[in-house]
Amino acid sequence: MARFKKEKKSGVQKINTSSLPDIIFMLLFFFMVTTVMREVTLIVKIKPPEATEVAKLERKSLVSYIYIGVPTKVGLYGTKPRIQLNDQFAEVDNIPAFITSERQARDEADRRYITTSLKVDQDIRMGIVTDVKQELRKSGAYKINYSTRKVGKLSYGNLY
Amino acid sequence: MSKRPTQEINAGSMADIAFLLLIFFLVTTTMDVDTGISRKLPPPLDDQEPPPKINERNIFTVLVNSRDRLMVEGKPSDISMLRAQAKEFMSNPRNATNLPEMVTKEIPGLGIVTVPKSAVISLKNDRGTSYKMYIAVQNELAAAINELRDELSMEKFGRKYKELINEDDKKSIQDAIPVPISEAEPEDIGDR
Repeated sequence: MARFKKEKKSGVQKINTSSLPDIIFMLLFFFMVTTVMREVTLIVKIKPPEATEVAKLERKSLVSYIYIGVPTKVGLYGTKPRIQLNDQFAEVDNIPAFITSERQARDEADRRYITTSLKVDQDIRMGIVTDVKQELRKSGAYKINYSTRKVGKLSYGNLY
Repeated sequence: MSKRPTQEINAGSMADIAFLLLIFFLVTTTMDVDTGISRKLPPPLDDQEPPPKINERNIFTVLVNSRDRLMVEGKPSDISMLRAQAKEFMSNPRNATNLPEMVTKEIPGLGIVTVPKSAVISLKNDRGTSYKMYIAVQNELAAAINELRDELSMEKFGRKYKELINEDDKKSIQDAIPVPISEAEPEDIGDR
């Protein structure tokens, strides 16, 4: 006497996906706001040294980067440490011109806050870094930042 | 005029488009936070002006050679001891005559504190020093200064230097304990 037949579920019920684009757009905007465009492709290998007393680098738009390391394509460019400015290899003599162009790219009021971030591989000898620092001093870029990886504790054993 | 029912636009592919954009941004952007040790370089040397005379007791010399060995105050040392040595130099707890002269002075916001009159940490490295070691030395010196700042901050404000909220408080701690690291003009000592 099945007067009220149970309605049989016909297949899988459709999920309403009309709000899916909104969710994805929200994610998209989140990423657009919180991230910065990758500016350069690294052509030198860089593994920053470890440090405990690090500070965050504020205002990324006012940071210019100098990369120093061994070229990634060792077969092509050798194993000598090289400097990378923007997307190409550079010599120490190119640094003043680089600093000038970095200054001109920034707003005049912000120019004195420009920080130069030195991204240097941990196994590089100080000679080339010292040369770069001397050039920076001559060009008046006094604010520098040694890029490091933050670790909880420095292991002294790995240093020698 | 006949009223046509408004046609619905098929929005099913909207999600796909948004996904494409999202993946594009994920790939082309970086989210890593840049961290590092900030330092200020000195202006280039003026040939006419002689370097300021500093009393020997006020200078803490740290030399790093091309084999990454340390020499602190004329004696061989080790990176694990550097922090304690730098702290002792900067605070001079026993008022030793070979460590910097301490003076009591009033700093706005802190009251009367005992600070070294003119203590300078002089850091000199060789061209052959590894960058890793150089950063480790910079790190240890920074750690010594940070620990001293923390101690003073704990005493005066009851919280660590990094946790201070008031910018003025931070400023007064910075005034009391500056970062007196001076790097010597580069010199080639030994090659490797």
